[in-house]
Amino acid sequence: MTMSRETPINLVLAALLFAMPFAALALDEPFYVTLATHMAVLALAAVGLNLALGLGGLVSFGHAAFFGLGGYAAGILSTHVLNMQPLLTWPLEIGASDQMPVIWLVAIAVSGLVALAIGAISLRTSGVYFIMITLAFAQMIYYFAISWPAYGGEDGLSIATRGAFPGVNTAVPLTFFLVCYAVLVAVLVLFALVRDSRFGAALQASRQNETRLAAVGIGPFPVRLAAFVLSAMITALAGALYADLNRFASPSMLSWQMSGELIVLIILGGTGRLFGPVAGAMLFVLIESVLGGLTERWQFFLGLILLGVVLFARGGLIGLVAGKPRHG
Amino acid sequence: MSSALFIEQMLNGLQFGVMLFLMAAGLTLIFGVMGLINLAHGSFYMVGAFACAAVAAATGSFWLGLAASLAAAAAAGAIVELLVVRRLYDRDHLDQVLATFALILIFSEGTRWLFGSFPLYLDIPPVLAGAVDLPGGARYQLYRLAIIAVGVAVAAGLYLLISKTRLGMQIRAGQSDREMIGALGVDIRTLYTIVFALGAALAGLAGALVGALQSVQVGMGEPVLILAFVVIVIGGIGSIKGALVGAILVGLVDTLGRFLLPKAFALAMGASQGATVGAALASMLIYIVMALILAFRPQGLFAANT
Repeated sequence: MTMSRETPINLVLAALLFAMPFAALALDEPFYVTLATHMAVLALAAVGLNLALGLGGLVSFGHAAFFGLGGYAAGILSTHVLNMQPLLTWPLEIGASDQMPVIWLVAIAVSGLVALAIGAISLRTSGVYFIMITLAFAQMIYYFAISWPAYGGEDGLSIATRGAFPGVNTAVPLTFFLVCYAVLVAVLVLFALVRDSRFGAALQASRQNETRLAAVGIGPFPVRLAAFVLSAMITALAGALYADLNRFASPSMLSWQMSGELIVLIILGGTGRLFGPVAGAMLFVLIESVLGGLTERWQFFLGLILLGVVLFARGGLIGLVAGKPRHG
Repeated sequence: MSSALFIEQMLNGLQFGVMLFLMAAGLTLIFGVMGLINLAHGSFYMVGAFACAAVAAATGSFWLGLAASLAAAAAAGAIVELLVVRRLYDRDHLDQVLATFALILIFSEGTRWLFGSFPLYLDIPPVLAGAVDLPGGARYQLYRLAIIAVGVAVAAGLYLLISKTRLGMQIRAGQSDREMIGALGVDIRTLYTIVFALGAALAGLAGALVGALQSVQVGMGEPVLILAFVVIVIGGIGSIKGALVGAILVGLVDTLGRFLLPKAFALAMGASQGATVGAALASMLIYIVMALILAFRPQGLFAANT
């Protein structure tokens, strides 16, 4: 499974995204540093979904749940640090932390557990049922978040100071971008490793032909569940970074529109491709900011563009440039 | 708690369920016949509500507005089917989700373009204003009772349409074997357009009816759409009977849950904390019910042949 035609494109995309904040600073346009960070974090969230959706064919319409859980993990930890309250008092006292690695671990652990429960029920179904059930579970968490007043309810949670990272100052936009970029690259490497592993082969086989996979002695359910959980963890990590980027954990991170947006990112870039989500996120944020600057009605035109991509440009951006995908 | 209050909440749940049925019936029909997952169904609900509010405001007649809502939603459905949805039938669900998601953006922003960002208001028609006395000392809004009646009439009408008419026979045949009915000379493309427009008209009717109870605004369709998804997942996708049972179940569980759970938890945990916990739990209740049903019956209560 070589990626020869895609590799140069991937390298160009990675270089472009990396160069963007430096170019922005050189041109004295610091806003574009934030825009690049936005791209990197959304790309990370979509890489997570791409693991389930692209490799496993699991069309989860509820990944906003994990994105939001990650965001709320950052928000809740930060609130506790600010108010100097312990996170838990029972069964043992655990203090909160404003260290990003701790926040990330909490986000990953919590979303992993939730994904295990949601996946265990949802993966008993398939096709359109799976789409709707994942959507419904995400709505359940959304409604819980807005009706539970302890952590902001409908108003969301502001984050007074961005999480800290050992040895660097994350309040500097460029530094924070580099942290996000490094996480994105690490997760892309992880994605490539998973895809080319035995587990990845089983996962892709479960998408292509479930019966054959079962015939060689591998049950599809545990493979899918593991992929779903891993996918949720990555998206939650992105959510924690997103909340830190905006210094705000918003219930809209949990909304169904967010789930739709994550799917959009993947399809814009190219489903199942390593850098599909990166291309999609860069394009999406670019469209949003260019159209948003031109017209208040930018969502109308975004809709038309998306419709055009689905109807006429199957394979997304990378598909247009690199040609047809590998088989399957 | 008085029995009158309880009866009122039961009726509210029933009215909510009936409204969900109007949405879910179209969704489940479209999925059953064409195999299409249509996220833009909530947009037809919104189109119906806006058409009704605009025409009622211009002419002063709610009934003309209601007719306009049916016509506008059916027309929007037919146009969308001819221009976009027709190309999606042989695509996978992912493409359908994305294309209809794009349609939501277009419809929502387009409606905002036409009508502005402020909500419109629609008055209850004078004939149906006021309340009626029910046995047991309860008084209930006549308009809500009328919505329940409309829902029952639509359910009966759909039953007759599907089981007794030629069109219904073609719809049933389309559900069980699409290629065969094409081979038998039925114009399948026209059939699809009719089914899609019919589903859209039902959604538009629901939007117009509910528009008189709430404000008419952009984005009103999607929360209802997601509940309608829950309904058809519970009922079994493709089954009208399942949609009816699921809709009434979801309507009653949601309404009674929001009414009873805060009270129950307030008794157990003290007034303020109990009410908070109860309210939070009530907002999740239908999803919990859905998860429980699916854990035992992954294909829903009345699975059709999908």
